[in-house]
Amino acid sequence: MTRFIVKSIGQRIVLLFFISIISHSIVHLAPGEPSLVDPSNPRMKAEDIQRIRAAFHLDEPLHTQYVYWMKDLFTAQLKSFKDNQPVLKKIWDRFLNSLPLFIVGTLITWFLAFPVGIQAALNRGSVFDKVGTFLSYALISIPGFFLSYICIIFMVKTFNVPVIGMRTFGLEDAGFLFRSMDRVWHWTIPAFMSAVAGVAILSRYVRSQMLEVINQDYIRTARAKGLSEDAVIYRHGLRNALLPFITMFGLTIPGLIGGSVIFETIFAWPGMGRLGFEAILARDFPVILTLNFISAILVLIGTLVSDILYAVVDPRIKF
Amino acid sequence: MSETIHIQEVEGLKPSVSLLEERWRIFKRNRLAYASYLCLLLLLIVAVVGKVLTRWIIVFDPQTVRLPEKFLPPFTPFTSTITPQEDAPAFSMYLMGTDELGRDVFARMLEGTSVSLTVGFVAVGISVLLGIFFGGLAGYYGKKKLAFISVDTLIMRFVDIMLCFPTFFLILTVVALLPPSIYNIMIVIGLTSWMGTARFVRAEFLALREQDFIAAARSQAIPGWRIIFVHMVPNAIAPVLVSATIGVATAILTESSLSFLGFGVQPPDATWGNILADGKQFIFDAPWITFIPGFTILFVVLAFNLCGEGLREAFNPKLKEGA
Repeated sequence: MTRFIVKSIGQRIVLLFFISIISHSIVHLAPGEPSLVDPSNPRMKAEDIQRIRAAFHLDEPLHTQYVYWMKDLFTAQLKSFKDNQPVLKKIWDRFLNSLPLFIVGTLITWFLAFPVGIQAALNRGSVFDKVGTFLSYALISIPGFFLSYICIIFMVKTFNVPVIGMRTFGLEDAGFLFRSMDRVWHWTIPAFMSAVAGVAILSRYVRSQMLEVINQDYIRTARAKGLSEDAVIYRHGLRNALLPFITMFGLTIPGLIGGSVIFETIFAWPGMGRLGFEAILARDFPVILTLNFISAILVLIGTLVSDILYAVVDPRIKF
Repeated sequence: MSETIHIQEVEGLKPSVSLLEERWRIFKRNRLAYASYLCLLLLLIVAVVGKVLTRWIIVFDPQTVRLPEKFLPPFTPFTSTITPQEDAPAFSMYLMGTDELGRDVFARMLEGTSVSLTVGFVAVGISVLLGIFFGGLAGYYGKKKLAFISVDTLIMRFVDIMLCFPTFFLILTVVALLPPSIYNIMIVIGLTSWMGTARFVRAEFLALREQDFIAAARSQAIPGWRIIFVHMVPNAIAPVLVSATIGVATAILTESSLSFLGFGVQPPDATWGNILADGKQFIFDAPWITFIPGFTILFVVLAFNLCGEGLREAFNPKLKEGA
């Protein structure tokens, strides 16, 4: 087991190295330089551009730039092109904003998807199953931002839910409880909207997993020995159906960055996805590269965790 | 001698229903999937007709700007005296209203149909070709050694690397850095979505490689590329095409998300995505500019998804029985 973990960590570090090289080359080889963001600015003279290029090592060869990036990243010296702030601190601040949204969204996804999926599997072919299937296809077919706009109009008019930012302005002096409730109130719609597609996809998986398990011999055995239906379904069925979802749980972690760009833009949420979007607009290479790097690390950690969990949970897997 | 073998092949060995016909029958039984298939055929015709009409017939011109006529709701008859008569919309009526520049939304949607579908099909075409190429290499030449690692390891590690990138963020980065062009969007979406296909094809090839007909082909000294493309690819293509159907849907959605962030297909080309993204600013004054493309995307993507799922069930009957 320890050997397996050490070996897979080693493999992942090699992968990470290649990922960093590829993303570095993609970003640096693409046309459009940070110094060209604002070409019509009359105050940007040729010598200023030259100074900027020298300060950010943009005139060095590509591999030297790569070494600079790596060295600065691991000594936490990496500065953003845009405002000269340390990149890691910037990302950490935004990460703390994204995290609650991600956690609430994931909780909603998992707590909704499982009951719906199990129910659909147990009553296969019923009206509930058919409507559920159709709805989940419809929900993954609708552009997320279009659904959000419809939802915003409806929700704001009916329930008066806030949809912009993380907190209400002018509440800084309010009591702690009041401020926390205000925060939670601001989470509701963004978290719900980012969970919608997840619910649709996950409930389909739960349904097909449950169906597969329910037709197994051991379920028939459990029924034959006279167990109650609940015990058969939840203790013997669901437990076995849960296995593949460990993998899926590991794979949701990178959604923290990539999946959130659209929703954080709609709801003006100062999170990581939005940070990435702003960095792309400003050609802020260090931030783009570091975000890419971090999300690759998250993917690799996710798969590692799911591999290990798989081995822990499923006694049939031996290393 | 050769004639008898020929007759045997024709009469003695032919099954009553070919595999494809049988699958097709299973597919037809799924009414929802079959209906979406018919809708998609209709859409294809609309796209071709729309392309022809908007390109060569002046009344359908999606780029005609009529400033006095802006924000007219759907089904408004053309009554303006200021706008010249030759700029009148088709049927002298704004079937889907006009947008903020007085352009006919109906004509723009018609043009968008072909552009959106092209984006979807070309992107998926690129990803399928790449997937077959890499998957085929890994599956067929997998055991060959290059210096110290095998071809299979090399390609599959590359697939792993590609899977680690946050896809949408990567697409956004590249599209934002490159000069805006519709071809870049297609290529970038295609280049970032071939990994699933490659895995499919590799798995199929690993199984096919051990089969007798491949051994027979090899014993006749048929060159490798011919074995791959003539003998193996047709046997491995069904699951690839099924996932390609769903891939078209995903590509259309990705394009609309890019448009929402301002990096999609640029004007004057109209796609459903950028009509929707432009319309969202006027959602209270002119809701039709948002809702018409929004629901069009919803229905078309839904049709692609349902059709793909129906095909998947038809080509993999185990799914239907088990699930």
